[in-house]
Amino acid sequence: MANESNESPVFAVQELSVKYGEFRAVRDVTLDIREHEITAFIGPSGCGKTTVLRCLNRMNDFIDSAKVEGLIEYHGVDLYDSDVNPNEVRRRIGMVFQKPNPFPKSIFDNVAYGPRLVGKMSKSDLNDLVEKSLRRAALWDEVKDRLKASALGLSGGQQQRLCIARCIAVEPDVILMDEPCSALDPIATTRIEDLMQEIKKDYTIIIVTHNMQQAARVSDRTAFFTTEVNTQSDRRTGVMVEFDLTQKIFSVPSDERTEAYVTGRFG
Amino acid sequence: MAIVTESHRSITRSEVHQTITRQSKHLPSLALGVTLLIAVSFTLLTLFALLARIVTQAIPALTEKGTGFLTDTIGSEASMVGIWPGLFGSFGIGLGVLVIAVPLGVGAAIYLEEYAKQNALTRFIVVNIRNLAGVPAVIYGVLGLIIFVGWLKPVTNGGTVIAAALTLAILVLPVVIITSMEAIRAVPLGLRDAGYGIGASRWEVTRDHVIPYAMPGILTGTVLALARALGEAAPLIMIGAITGLLPETSLSGKFTAIPMLIYSWSGRPDSGDSSVGWSNAAAAAGLVLLVLVLAFNVVGILLRNHFEAKRVGS
Repeated sequence: MANESNESPVFAVQELSVKYGEFRAVRDVTLDIREHEITAFIGPSGCGKTTVLRCLNRMNDFIDSAKVEGLIEYHGVDLYDSDVNPNEVRRRIGMVFQKPNPFPKSIFDNVAYGPRLVGKMSKSDLNDLVEKSLRRAALWDEVKDRLKASALGLSGGQQQRLCIARCIAVEPDVILMDEPCSALDPIATTRIEDLMQEIKKDYTIIIVTHNMQQAARVSDRTAFFTTEVNTQSDRRTGVMVEFDLTQKIFSVPSDERTEAYVTGRFG
Repeated sequence: MAIVTESHRSITRSEVHQTITRQSKHLPSLALGVTLLIAVSFTLLTLFALLARIVTQAIPALTEKGTGFLTDTIGSEASMVGIWPGLFGSFGIGLGVLVIAVPLGVGAAIYLEEYAKQNALTRFIVVNIRNLAGVPAVIYGVLGLIIFVGWLKPVTNGGTVIAAALTLAILVLPVVIITSMEAIRAVPLGLRDAGYGIGASRWEVTRDHVIPYAMPGILTGTVLALARALGEAAPLIMIGAITGLLPETSLSGKFTAIPMLIYSWSGRPDSGDSSVGWSNAAAAAGLVLLVLVLAFNVVGILLRNHFEAKRVGS
């Protein structure tokens, strides 16, 4: 579990604030993400947790109006520095999305896509890498006989594990998960959660979830976000309320808003 | 705690039976059905009448000439003419559209959908492209006459098949752009996220995921554009396609195209002494054009099915 070591964090986020045009979606987020831990972002809808997550691998670059302020350091490097190549960032910091989104290709080609982009690999190396990635994602035994079949023929849970395998195949350092189980049934959800525990020794994982039980089950640390209504514009801005060990957040939170949320009195 | 309230509603079986077996009033829906059927029949009937007329008119000319109708050149005798120069011209135009309008149009669509910032300028450009799709063909003819026949004479040699191909490529460009943009917009966002999420660049995502997924829609636009270009006569008249004299089957001389022949031959009086009149020749040329367009459609559909099968990822 989490230990309070002094090693440098994977992410050091300071005073992060994101605007979409004139609208401030989230403000004043300061937190450190530690290596080989699972960090959960929880909070009600519109609190900015997904926005913050998408800042961590620069997926917000694709939203023209998004403006990121503050500092995000990844292993000490400013992620938003002008000479940073966002594609390389996303290779090291992979992402798994809310809705399983396999490519309309074969199972094999889904996993092999990332490695093939990086460079030429021998056929046997690629086969090994695909097998290793599918094994890590606990999907190999279910698909090993139909690697050439379309990924779209898999069940939702299998598709999501395929997306995790696809992400693992480019050998990232961090995996960002944006509500990865919200489209899955409880059994498939359990499998993904087990998988997260299994792979966290190799990866740093950050998960956004609506499901408080899930955060309590899987994460080492939890950040609680909520919304504040802007009195002038009547629009909601997300704020990070509290960031601490998951046990503390769910048993002795220091902020009453956190307590209200985790005990189910709000949200 | 849920608050328990006393229910004031009691639902009986007979009441339920009465409501859910109640039949809706038939008359209005029947009337609507009949109206729609009439609309469909009328459309189909017109189409079939047109086809039947063209085919019956074309038969005398086609039986008289056989394949010579395709390979012979035009002349002053209705029973002797062939459409070879027209076929050559139309083929050149079709090729021009494929080579010029499709890459330019698809490229513009990719830029506008995937690369351009979605701001006022982009919206302004898109609105204008939509408007261009509605500009009458004859206006494009004027444009072609000024630009391709006039200013670019060193390249096109004046009113040649090259000028015609360029003019018609510009004419159908908005159609290609708009249909391609719609096809690209229909690509699920999750597919792009998936590519970016593992470090693919914008170009890699566009090349590997967006274009293949949008391909069936792009092909539909291409076939529509090609059919439109092959059928246009007005811009060709403007840029000086000829129907008298002897049009050349070269890139540097006076040219003609099938719609021009249909237009010209339809206007000539049938002399009574021959079994094949100009109206038969015009109908036969029309039939050839229809078959040509149909053939492009079939190729387009086959290609589309091919790409749609790929979209499922086998």
